Amino acid sequence: MIEVQHLTKRYGRVTAVDDVTFRVERGEILGFLGPNGAGKTTTMRILTGYMPATEGKAIVAGFDVFDQPIEAKRRTGYLPETPPLYPDMSVVEYLTFVSKIKGVPSAERRQRVQQVMQKTRVDDMANRLCSKLSKGYRQRVGLAQALIHNPDVLILDEPTAGLDPKQIIETRQLIKELAGDHTIILSTHILPEVSQTCQRVVIINKGRVVAVDTPANLTSRLRGSETMYVQVDANGADAGGSLGRIPGVTRVVESDRKDGVVGYEVESEHGHDVRRDLARAVVSSGWGLLELRPMRMSLEEIFLSLTTEDLASAPPPSAPESDADRAQPVGDAVNG
Amino acid sequence: MGNVIAIAQKELKSYFSSPIAYIVIGLWALLYGYFFVAILSFFVRQSMQMSQFGMQGPQAMNVNQQLIRPLLQNVTILILFLMPMVTMRTYSEEKRSGTIELLLTAPVTDFQIIMGKFLGAMFLYAIMLAVTAIHIGLLFVYGQPEWKPIVTAYLGLLLLGGCFIALGLLISSLTSNQIVAGMVTFAVFLLLWVITWIGSFSGPTVDKLTTYLSIIDHWDDFGKGVIDTTHVIYYLSFITFGLFLTAKSVDSERWRG
Repeated sequence: MIEVQHLTKRYGRVTAVDDVTFRVERGEILGFLGPNGAGKTTTMRILTGYMPATEGKAIVAGFDVFDQPIEAKRRTGYLPETPPLYPDMSVVEYLTFVSKIKGVPSAERRQRVQQVMQKTRVDDMANRLCSKLSKGYRQRVGLAQALIHNPDVLILDEPTAGLDPKQIIETRQLIKELAGDHTIILSTHILPEVSQTCQRVVIINKGRVVAVDTPANLTSRLRGSETMYVQVDANGADAGGSLGRIPGVTRVVESDRKDGVVGYEVESEHGHDVRRDLARAVVSSGWGLLELRPMRMSLEEIFLSLTTEDLASAPPPSAPESDADRAQPVGDAVNG
Repeated sequence: MGNVIAIAQKELKSYFSSPIAYIVIGLWALLYGYFFVAILSFFVRQSMQMSQFGMQGPQAMNVNQQLIRPLLQNVTILILFLMPMVTMRTYSEEKRSGTIELLLTAPVTDFQIIMGKFLGAMFLYAIMLAVTAIHIGLLFVYGQPEWKPIVTAYLGLLLLGGCFIALGLLISSLTSNQIVAGMVTFAVFLLLWVITWIGSFSGPTVDKLTTYLSIIDHWDDFGKGVIDTTHVIYYLSFITFGLFLTAKSVDSERWRG
């Protein structure tokens, strides 16, 4: 449905998007993930025909966005980062205007406007001026505007930015409902959003694609060995030593300690489930087993490890990256 | 065409839902009314003096020549002062608020957007001119002015205003700051008016050139009741060129990002 080939965009000497290639199948939700300034918005603007690419090709719904912009735009709904609302129009007036320029036949206009207002739950503000809307409503009117001509492709630039938690859940639900009929690209820098809504993820950093995969695959791909977090009340005894002697355990690292309660990160060989042995070892020693859980690399960590890869792959100055880097996420996990 | 009308309607609506239309039309009506009163009283006094000198009475003075023409001549200057207020926000506001993203990603061409904005502004301008027609109408009640030179004068005013609007659109498309757009537009309009002042003592070539460039000078023949194709073509090509440059400016903005 969407095909992007070797897309490059340069602003003067700055390269905002560098040789980006990916494709999105019909009915799929693709998450576009990257830190601020990674080139997400630029890529989306090229896909929507707002600006041309310096090099490369983008095909949306079967039409080249550069050669046949009108045809491509007719099949694309776009929600920019800031919803493009006219402050002095009411919601209904605004959506009616958008429906006109997006080519909704005049006979269907009224009905379409009502439909999208219901879908995005803005119908209670129908006659309110856009300038008087709260951020959440603005965002949803922006979404309504993108949906008005029932496009094949939806391109949403941070659709949940500025919404409250309830609205975020509603919006994600809405986006999921829209998939199937529509092909969706959404950009975000909120990681849980991607794992909750998207079928595939493109991670982009400094204009380059660093990974394209499903959220689940990304998680497992980056998890080299299995790691468990075990919290033990050992009354001062050396629990770490006895845990390390369990067959299959490759490494035990103490990650936190408080009032005699010690937390360990226990790494084991891949495919070797040591949970039972860990529990047995702790209990049979007469200690208290307070917590035992697998530590998966969260999307946050994947994201960080991918987007900071340039730094990590460069030869580390002195300290080995393993301990210092790994201890950080664990601390987060415990605190959270 | 549907898109052009939709955008023109939207433009017009936004003029009237913001204070701009009311302020522009209000100031316009006030200043025009003042001009009307001033020129009318001057006209009345002069015709009374003439009748005292034993000429054939008030009717001997030509209403068209001595009242309507100088009046509408002043209108051209009024346009120069007020039109920047109409055009300054057309593009710059859309750029600032990000709504330009909606227009440029909608299935409409740049040309349709520009034409829509141009026609929207032209319609507001037509409403302004309609206000002035009320006063002219009054003259028909008390005197017998000829209607044909009035029609040509108004045609000229429409074309003249079109030039200002096209130029204003161009300047507005160059910046995202309304105030900058307004001030530059005003300065350029003013320059195009006073440009003839240096012509008279800078030699015949410069004189010709400056007279040609002065948008307002081309109106004179319309005021006299003459439709000279030279001026019509001048105005039309000025408008076309202005809109063309606006299209180029919008397009180059895309490339620059």
